Amino acid sequence: MEAADAASLAVHTQDLAKRYGKTVALSGLTMSVRRAEVFGFLGPNGAGKTTAVKLLVGLARSSAGQAWVLGAPVGDLKTRRRLGYLPELFRYQGWMKASEVLSLHCELAGLPRAGWKAEIASALATVGLSERGDDRVEGFSKGMQQRLGLGVALLGRPELVLLDEPTSALDPVGRHDVREIIRQLKDRGTAVFLNSHLLSEVEQVCDRLAVVDRGRVIATGTMSQILGQDGAVRVRVTGLPPAGRAALRAYGNLEDEGQWLTFRGLSQERVPELVSEIVNQGGRVYAVEPRHETLEDRFLQLLKEQDG
Amino acid sequence: MHVLTMARLTILEASRRKLLLALALLTLVVIVLTSWGFSRLPTMNGVTPAEVRVAASQLTILVAFMFSGVLALGATLVAAPSIASDIESGIALAILPRPIRRSEVLIGKWLGLAVLIALYAALSGVLEMVGIWWATAYLPPSPAVAITFVGAEGIVLMTLALLLSTRLAPMTGGVIALVLFFVGWIGGIALTIGQTFQNSTIINIGVGSRLLIPTDGLWHGAIFYLEPSDFLAAAQAAGRVRAGNPFFADSPLPLPYLVWIAAWILIVLVLANWSFARRDL
Repeated sequence: MEAADAASLAVHTQDLAKRYGKTVALSGLTMSVRRAEVFGFLGPNGAGKTTAVKLLVGLARSSAGQAWVLGAPVGDLKTRRRLGYLPELFRYQGWMKASEVLSLHCELAGLPRAGWKAEIASALATVGLSERGDDRVEGFSKGMQQRLGLGVALLGRPELVLLDEPTSALDPVGRHDVREIIRQLKDRGTAVFLNSHLLSEVEQVCDRLAVVDRGRVIATGTMSQILGQDGAVRVRVTGLPPAGRAALRAYGNLEDEGQWLTFRGLSQERVPELVSEIVNQGGRVYAVEPRHETLEDRFLQLLKEQDG
Repeated sequence: MHVLTMARLTILEASRRKLLLALALLTLVVIVLTSWGFSRLPTMNGVTPAEVRVAASQLTILVAFMFSGVLALGATLVAAPSIASDIESGIALAILPRPIRRSEVLIGKWLGLAVLIALYAALSGVLEMVGIWWATAYLPPSPAVAITFVGAEGIVLMTLALLLSTRLAPMTGGVIALVLFFVGWIGGIALTIGQTFQNSTIINIGVGSRLLIPTDGLWHGAIFYLEPSDFLAAAQAAGRVRAGNPFFADSPLPLPYLVWIAAWILIVLVLANWSFARRDL
């Protein structure tokens, strides 16, 4: 893809790679994030998620490949005015008040001084810290620091917000709030790049996603494209001999948990046929539960396929 | 533009973390105590005004040495973590994706620290000189130049620690900077011994040390401007006896050496900038 095409995208990478000495952190990452969409970036620990984000915001330099952010090559100084970023492991100056941290970032982002007060008040209100603006950051809990970090990332109405594990320190209320903020960002046309391993969170807010493993995209698309159309069914069975269990593998990807058998990739029309076959094989059926495949199921399956 | 923001932030941090308050209080205590000590000189039995003057001049050099040590150690302790701890703690991760160049962060921190060092050197130096003058009616020949050189010594060491801070952990960078500071001090002593006994090998080692780490050169520049002319003449007449005395300087710093020190600071800053710009965070 040429740079001109990349301009219409929030993020575009082409064969992006990063090596730290002999360690390959990212190998050939190719992906696109559209404007005004919420894009989930999933992967197990060590998959290269944080490395990819650091390359996109210019904290690290790529070893190979290319990347554009908001149409400009990564690291472009002017483009960084239009970015918001919440790092995964970060801290703000503990000796500063929350409002001073926000003020500093307004200044660094080049926002007009006249608008700082409103920006700071809005950011504090959005992340639920309106009452704590005059408190020093060193007295904040980890969750409050994460809320403040999110507030910093929202300053100046950025066109792209990169959130690296934004809810790792938050309680369920905080997680809910973050999901709401992400939805509001999308509504006002901001693209959100959500780097997370909290799959339920990604499932709830993301339009599209990419799954990475060992520095490479192994699946990308909309949620329904990733999950696939076929469902799964869970059956509680007793008295089934080993040979019978083996015969049932013809009905789908079988996960054997003793009394409970889960069949993946099985269309709902074939469920009566499956039950009949179990009975034929000598099994006694106590329960049949159609199961909607979750992102977690699919994610684990994708990683298993990679290992295979 | 962002250079001034970072400089302001550096000074504000020193103030909020009570570094300035602690330094101010301790320095005041030291100045009061030393001034009291100086005030005892004229009261000693049978002492002549000329003897008080010689004793005061020598003690002034020793007090200046103490302040140069405080500045050197303080500058190292503050500069060695300045970049490194921002990286370790994650503060840098939040700031650097903003539209700010890494060079602006680095130069801003340098500027903030340089202002702090210059202010400390000027205020503590002036107050100490006032205390000595009050106690003994003695003032060294050029106290302002001496104070400037002591301040510059702190800035040189701070610049070196800042360079190390772009790559090394705060502890490691701090220890290396201090070891180099003391190696430079020993190199300076070697130089005076080599000059007195006209040994070219030792002279070369000493000159090399003063070029690579100009802190001891600046210290000797400061000493020269604290020595009264009659004391200087007497010491020069003493010949070899003065060899290796780290509290004596028989000549001012040559202009080319001062130019070299300015260039040294610039070169180290350029190196620090190059190193920081290439570091993956």
